Amino acid sequence: MTSGSQSQQVVDVAEARPAGVDLSVDLGPVTLANPVLAASGCFASGREIDRFFDVDRLGAVIVKSLTLEPRGGLPTPRMAETPSGMLNAIGLQNPGLDRWLAEDLPWLLDAGVPTIVSIAGNTVDEFGALARALRRVRGPVAVEANISCPNVEDRDRVFACRQDTTGEAVRAVTDVLHLPVFAKLSPDVPDIVAIAEAARAAGATGVSLVNTLPGMAIDVERRRPRLAAVTGGLSGPAIRPVAVRAVHQVHRAMPLMPIIGMGGVRTVADVVELVLAGASAVAVGTATFVNPMATLDLVEGLPGWLAARGHTSVADLRGAVSS
Amino acid sequence: MSGAAYRVSAAAGRARGRDEGPVQETGEVMGSRRVGPYTLLDVVAPHVAVRVLPGQFVSVAVDGPETLLRRPFSVSGISGAPAGGGIEIVFETLGPGTVWLAGRDRHDAVDVVGPLGRPFTAPPEPAPCLLVGGGYGAAPLVLLGRTLRERGLRVDFLLGAATQSRLLGVMDAKRIAGTTTVTTEDGSAGRAGIVTDAMEDVLDANGSGAVYACGPMPMLAAVSEVAAGRGVPVQVAVEESMACGVGVCWSCVVPYRRDDGVANVRACLDGPVLDGARVDWPTLRTWWAGGAQSPELTP
Ligand SMILES: Cc1cc2nc3c(=O)[nH]c(=O)nc-3n(C[C@H](O)[C@H](O)[C@H](O)COP(=O)(O)OP(=O)(O)OC[C@H]3O[C@@H](n4cnc5c(N)ncnc54)[C@H](O)[C@@H]3O)c2cc1C
Ligand SMILES: Cc1cc2nc3c(=O)[nH]c(=O)nc-3n(C[C@H](O)[C@H](O)[C@H](O)COP(=O)(O)O)c2cc1C
Ligand code: FES
Repeated sequence: MTSGSQSQQVVDVAEARPAGVDLSVDLGPVTLANPVLAASGCFASGREIDRFFDVDRLGAVIVKSLTLEPRGGLPTPRMAETPSGMLNAIGLQNPGLDRWLAEDLPWLLDAGVPTIVSIAGNTVDEFGALARALRRVRGPVAVEANISCPNVEDRDRVFACRQDTTGEAVRAVTDVLHLPVFAKLSPDVPDIVAIAEAARAAGATGVSLVNTLPGMAIDVERRRPRLAAVTGGLSGPAIRPVAVRAVHQVHRAMPLMPIIGMGGVRTVADVVELVLAGASAVAVGTATFVNPMATLDLVEGLPGWLAARGHTSVADLRGAVSS
Repeated sequence: MSGAAYRVSAAAGRARGRDEGPVQETGEVMGSRRVGPYTLLDVVAPHVAVRVLPGQFVSVAVDGPETLLRRPFSVSGISGAPAGGGIEIVFETLGPGTVWLAGRDRHDAVDVVGPLGRPFTAPPEPAPCLLVGGGYGAAPLVLLGRTLRERGLRVDFLLGAATQSRLLGVMDAKRIAGTTTVTTEDGSAGRAGIVTDAMEDVLDANGSGAVYACGPMPMLAAVSEVAAGRGVPVQVAVEESMACGVGVCWSCVVPYRRDDGVANVRACLDGPVLDGARVDWPTLRTWWAGGAQSPELTP
């Protein structure tokens, strides 16, 4: 449950690299050295975690969602721990795309880690403007369109709650960009497959599943919401079954489409679970809060886990759950 | 960047990191004792211990059926240094995490990440220093007081709490300080009232030219305003609810006046020690009152 028990399963370095296990995975046209990615909003600029290990050990880093204008975000408290998870309401605090391009992207490229740029618009037009601003930018391997953020033209409901708004937001990006585009979807919909199909039809290379689930917690003594923003997004092990289900359903419907799976991944077995459900690669968010070494531990631990079970390639396990 | 740049420390369990900056390390509890309502835990964590400076904190993994996140604590002391060095934390038992920690015994393993955040820094000009602590907020101040004394600076303490039993560090303070002034809200020890009631007098009596404070956020606001009102530089160690402690989640922000405008800075990375004159206390007070609006910010 805690990082305390997590650290005990870390094997030493020599043991962690058995020969003959192929960790490489494909996200459409992009090949990554391993399937462990940092999830958006959970890795800041990259420099913070590079204090603990070389971030180029990761398959890729998905950066915090960037908006056209800088955002200061919401008041505190911005987080509340809940059973086996946490709620957050950060409000997409970020320096804005321009400043990120100037200050943070060069560092990531210099560090040599494949970088996936996450973008978030308030409107369909803003998604288009963000994509145009990225058109001549060299370096990122893909774009993640965070369409599970509020659409100010639709009473702040998230783009990814409807097929039409999903299609419009994704199309605004794929129309202008040559990079692979992954649409990041919310699990809080009745039919995730229909939303994923709408994203695919609008030109998305693949989808990222799942964003946080909307939630709320109340301080019963003070009769106040525990988050300043009242509601927030639930992440961590508490949502892992939701993520496994969403990935499984979408992979079943569109077996060839790449999927970045995420939600509550903490252990090597959790990575394998999402891959078996159909994820091409697996992103890790909240586990990095629990343990700054979490993503590296997974990269180190995965080959040994696979080798001990006679597997030679992680990609071979994709969607390999029997049913 | 080159390959594996970390160490595996057989002695301490696991410590992987660089020569500078924070590490993750499995520490070993060497002692646990009650200090009034608080628990003092001595944890051998040599890689953290050699790096830590006054005002920095550690985040400790806690176990429990439903807990997930680490808990942040100021480092209050260094033990057994330099080799086999330990760190001390002093904490109040509040919820599941601190209850679990208070139950640790000698030789139990405790997973620690640290040192985290920016430490206190020496005053811009050599001057007598006033260290103001509220409740367990006195924790990092004794370490700071010793460091300032080693630099040849005069140190005075002003320590407050709700009641006598909740005062922390008074005896340690008396060992290093020129003067130690105590306030309690119920008058059970020292002057009746809160630290800011006594602060003007203490500043006058000692000619203090720098203020350092740690304690509840409303106290830091009041202390900062008194110091700033007199033009005395003031450093405060702030406390915000933290999910990661290492700068990646943006949950711990404090509105802060930078040269280019007010920005929400991360308490765990840009703090916890901040310039009290630059913290945007009026905005924070609206947040504490449940005000939902954020000011125009430069992230
Ligand atoms: C930089 C820093 C230094 C600190 N130093 C000390 C110290 O030296 N001694 C001490 O007793 N306490 C200290 N605290 C507060 C301490 O971290 C909390 O009391 C502790 O996390 C409570 O955990 P719990 O599980 O017992 O309580 P719970 O109330 O169950 O905690 C639930 C969640 O809320 C967070 N939380 C609760 N209260 C606080 C708080 N006051 N500040 C920040 N997060 C909180 C916890 O981290 C946890 O994620 C410090 C906090 C920070 C940010
Ligand atoms: C504090 C926090 C901030 C996040 N910020 C973003 C974001 O900016 N953009 C985004 O697409 N997802 C964001 N997410 C969602 C994560 O990328 C991820 O989808 C989700 O947390 C589930 O994975 P996890 O359980 O491993 O954290 C955020 C999550 C957290 C906890
Ligand atoms: S606690 Fe995560 S950024 Fe400060």
